[in-house]
Amino acid sequence: MSIENALINIAPERIEIDGVTKSFTTNRGTIVALDNVSVKVAEGEFLCLVGPSGCGKSTLLNIIAGLDTPDSGRVLANGESVTGPGRDRMVMFQEHALFPWLDVLGNVMFGLRLKPGLNNKERKEVAKYYLDLVGLSKFQHANIHELSGGMKQRVALARALAPNPRVLLMDEPFAALDALTREQLYGDIQRIWEARRKTIVFVTHNVREAACLGDRVLLFSPNPGRIRAEFQVDLPRARDINSVELARYSTEITTALKGFTNKQGTEVAE
Amino acid sequence: MIRSISSIVFFLSLLLSWEFVARSGHYSPVILPSPLNVLEYIWQATCDGTLWVATLVTMKRLILGYGLGLLFGIPLGLVTARFRLLQDTLGLLALGVQTLPSVCWVPLALLWFGQTEAAMLFVVVMGTLWSVIIATNDGVRAMPPIYLRAARTMGSKGLHTWIKVILPASLPYLVGGMKQGWAFAWRSLMAAEIFVTILTGFGLGQLLQYGRELLAMDQVVAVMAIIVVIGLLADRLLFSPWERFFHKRWGTGSIN
Repeated sequence: MSIENALINIAPERIEIDGVTKSFTTNRGTIVALDNVSVKVAEGEFLCLVGPSGCGKSTLLNIIAGLDTPDSGRVLANGESVTGPGRDRMVMFQEHALFPWLDVLGNVMFGLRLKPGLNNKERKEVAKYYLDLVGLSKFQHANIHELSGGMKQRVALARALAPNPRVLLMDEPFAALDALTREQLYGDIQRIWEARRKTIVFVTHNVREAACLGDRVLLFSPNPGRIRAEFQVDLPRARDINSVELARYSTEITTALKGFTNKQGTEVAE
Repeated sequence: MIRSISSIVFFLSLLLSWEFVARSGHYSPVILPSPLNVLEYIWQATCDGTLWVATLVTMKRLILGYGLGLLFGIPLGLVTARFRLLQDTLGLLALGVQTLPSVCWVPLALLWFGQTEAAMLFVVVMGTLWSVIIATNDGVRAMPPIYLRAARTMGSKGLHTWIKVILPASLPYLVGGMKQGWAFAWRSLMAAEIFVTILTGFGLGQLLQYGRELLAMDQVVAVMAIIVVIGLLADRLLFSPWERFFHKRWGTGSIN
């Protein structure tokens, strides 16, 4: 383990989720999306949240983003209570959520234009830097609909990175892409994470993806949404999604996942 | 190139068949003037200034009324879409009143404002406003909510969100609404000009009505033709650039 990594591990928590509970009322009854969930995310950590759909992992991400408020409990980002969205925490959604009325550069500039302390020339340079980082500098004047699905997510990544947040919140960002594009993006996201040193919280239902990307993987169970298990993935970077070592981790996580989904009937009753 | 040729051929043959039918002698020229009669009238009325003045008077009323309709219609449409209370009140009112043909406003306008420019303006605004409100409202409501969430995470709020996100996101609907509003404004203004005879200005609608009273069918048809041409020009100059822009950006309208 390098000195750099060691320093990162002893750094104070960047995100502290403290006893967060959130429930939704639907016409089929009340769903407890999160039940007294507490997590600490270290600075620069790549944390993956895995679980079956409806287990509250996306809800947790939205709460960290400040797009949703918990019924009880609190979230601290860099020691400060989260009361709404903030430029220190940027979100990447499953749908690219790019604005169709702006071109690629315009989309990346959107958040930058709202950031004080930069003039327009500097903003443009910053935007171009990030477009270059995601390998799309040739497409800065392209329209969104002209891009492939993978390229759209790259633009969304550049847009999220541009205001230089400390935390990147990713909600199944690669779920809608084909396998080959996804593999490229696994490489890209690890490269960018190492270069830019972000704290990343990554939601997915793909176990292998979680094992490939995360320093740590948290396993969620649904209704009530709770953290059931925690896995440390001690593999060197950059990791290859198809590597044999990775398969060991993903098997372990999958087994745990099957374990509690099979006896869920009894679990819910307890 | 091929497209403009087909347009030209189409309109030329239309004019030729018209001329042919007019010359066949089946119909009296009072009922069916020939295209040449109409052109003659247009030439003469352009030279003595009648057409210019009438067009100018009408355009002034139209632009003022349409402008006011947009000025109030767009913001009202935005707020009805975003606030449920306004949706259930003003939105419902707009939906109902919009079904009213604009000529129905004329009697009311005459009683309220008399034979004045105000009556004219009132009818045009009533003809425009409601359809613009509804189009804007529909546009905002058709916007994917994810845009708002994405904008919020990037620090957009309040007026910035309205102007930089909600408004451009509803642009395709908005231009549709503005086009419809323009068409409605025209219809209501012509209705108003035909029914409201006032001395402060002699517009195209009044010219049309006088043509009828004098049995000058060439004048009637000429004014109709001019209204059509102005409508086409407005479409090309006012709306087409916007439509081209958003079709290109959104990747819609592939049949072009």
